Amino acid sequence: MSVITMQNTVYRRRRLTNKVMLTLSAIALVFGLFWLFWIILTLLSKGAAAMSPTLFTQITPPPGQDGGLLNALLGSVMMAGMGTLIGTPVGILAGTYLAEYGQRGWLAPATRFINDVLLSAPSIVIGLFIYTVFVARIQHFSGWAGTLALAVIVIPVVVRTTDDMLKLVPNSLREACIALGCPHWKMITMVCYRAARSGIITGILLAIARIAGETAPLLFTALNNQFLSFNMNAPMANLPVTIFQFAMSPFGDWQRLAWAGATLITLLVLAINIIARIMFRKQAV
Amino acid sequence: MSAVLDNISGVIRGNSSSEPDITGNTPPMKKNRNAAMDALFKNLTRFFAFAVLSLLAAILVSLVVGSQITLEKYGISFLWSSEWDPVNNEYGALVPIVGTLVTSAIALLIAVPVSFGIALFLTELAPAWLRRPLGTAIEMLAAIPSIIYGMWGLFIFAPLFKQYVQPFLIATLGNIPGAGILFQGPAFGIGVFTAGIILAVMIIPFITAVMRDVFELVPAMLKESAYGLGATTWEVVSRVVLPFTKVGVVGGIMLGLGRALGETMAVTFVIGNAYRLSSSLFAPGNSIASSLANEFAEASDDVHLSALIELGLILFLITTIVLACSKLLLLRLAKSEGART
Repeated sequence: MSVITMQNTVYRRRRLTNKVMLTLSAIALVFGLFWLFWIILTLLSKGAAAMSPTLFTQITPPPGQDGGLLNALLGSVMMAGMGTLIGTPVGILAGTYLAEYGQRGWLAPATRFINDVLLSAPSIVIGLFIYTVFVARIQHFSGWAGTLALAVIVIPVVVRTTDDMLKLVPNSLREACIALGCPHWKMITMVCYRAARSGIITGILLAIARIAGETAPLLFTALNNQFLSFNMNAPMANLPVTIFQFAMSPFGDWQRLAWAGATLITLLVLAINIIARIMFRKQAV
Repeated sequence: MSAVLDNISGVIRGNSSSEPDITGNTPPMKKNRNAAMDALFKNLTRFFAFAVLSLLAAILVSLVVGSQITLEKYGISFLWSSEWDPVNNEYGALVPIVGTLVTSAIALLIAVPVSFGIALFLTELAPAWLRRPLGTAIEMLAAIPSIIYGMWGLFIFAPLFKQYVQPFLIATLGNIPGAGILFQGPAFGIGVFTAGIILAVMIIPFITAVMRDVFELVPAMLKESAYGLGATTWEVVSRVVLPFTKVGVVGGIMLGLGRALGETMAVTFVIGNAYRLSSSLFAPGNSIASSLANEFAEASDDVHLSALIELGLILFLITTIVLACSKLLLLRLAKSEGART
């Protein structure tokens, strides 16, 4: 009798602990989702109030006047575009080495390790790096400097996904190529790249999503520009730094524009992320 | 693997890499061209791999060169001097270093249990059809740009925090003897504690992702054996899953720490930017990254620039070491997993 009651209390305590812990775990999930929805709802309500067609047709105004974000949007598109164009080939080729040639020797494991560290390295330090090697040399801020900083951020993302995706390509495909007498470089470019294509594109999309909102590395490379300029050799307007300056300013008009820009960037970045995931899932299945 | 492939291709290439001519020999030109292309392509990829490898060293060297003036002027005492006075050109890194470490510590204290809870829910509790959407939603927290967290933190979160939460914390936690000193002082809304909370939200997805990955490494047989013995879900997680994956869990926490240390824009908005050491977590402070973001573009004096670059160097060294440890731990888990199976 006494044994049974004792077992009962132990059993009840175990079940209670279990229930408490699992409830806490569910609460943790709700806690995480709570912030996501709060931020998105804030952006939608604040951003909707500030949305207007003039955002896309007028340049950033002086305080107290009407205006838009045209120059910032164009500058961001140009720098992010060029940054991706520079960073992607470098990343794909380096990732190819890791996956296709890296089975022997020290270079591939070392590079993979360093690449993973670079992937999470503070982006503001990347900005400092470009400042010391580029901006300080040519003595002025420029769109090219911003482009380079963004390219340096793109590279590790693309290296990582290219490496991972090429490793998923079945070896039987490679063996089939070689059995047909195909040289190694043709095997990689014509078979492995095609088999891994949507995975590699996913990586590029994720890299674009990452640099679209990067502010820190542009603060002292591209700086900002209140006017419409296509000269990448001069300081260049861009959306993130414009948002930073306008949000920190005391002017209501500027803050409203900052919210509009913030909403645009967030929706764009979330959309790219979701598209990239859907693409990758299609390939994986 | 590639050794085998190399051998095979070497053997085969000898007679079939292109059509044999009448005498049965391969035309030497085409064979040579393919060999040359092979070498070219391999060396091209090797060059870029090496370029990525040297990027880390290049960043390090450029920062050391850029901060030469203050490295020579202050030496190691730069680390513990709390003076930061651009007007008189006196610089010390103590306040930003402390701010960086304290905000990251607060972030970890909040983010680690929450991430563990989320990973537990997603791997053990959630029905299969809910796992993907919920997991994706949590990952979206990592996709939101840093500057958005900053704006939202400054304009939406900080005022509410100041009005409703801070007075309550000051009235309750502030009265605890000893530790209470951390929670005293006026409620500003912005400050070190607010920065820590927002950092926590930002690093939750990173820690959660690693924890989910390592939890899924646990062999189903181990968990089923424990369930078969009558263990509850919590007992399976705490006595089987966690001991099995603890190296990876610590690796994930280190990854989150590395992210929190270098986070810039969100902290810049809400930390308050004051070069003052304060015992209260509610007081404004400064972190390395926020000092850089605020001052660098306006700094014109060489010593000031050099001091800021040295701050960047310190940040880069700390984050690189933390991230390298994280990676080593995760590699160790992967290796022991490989040895086991």
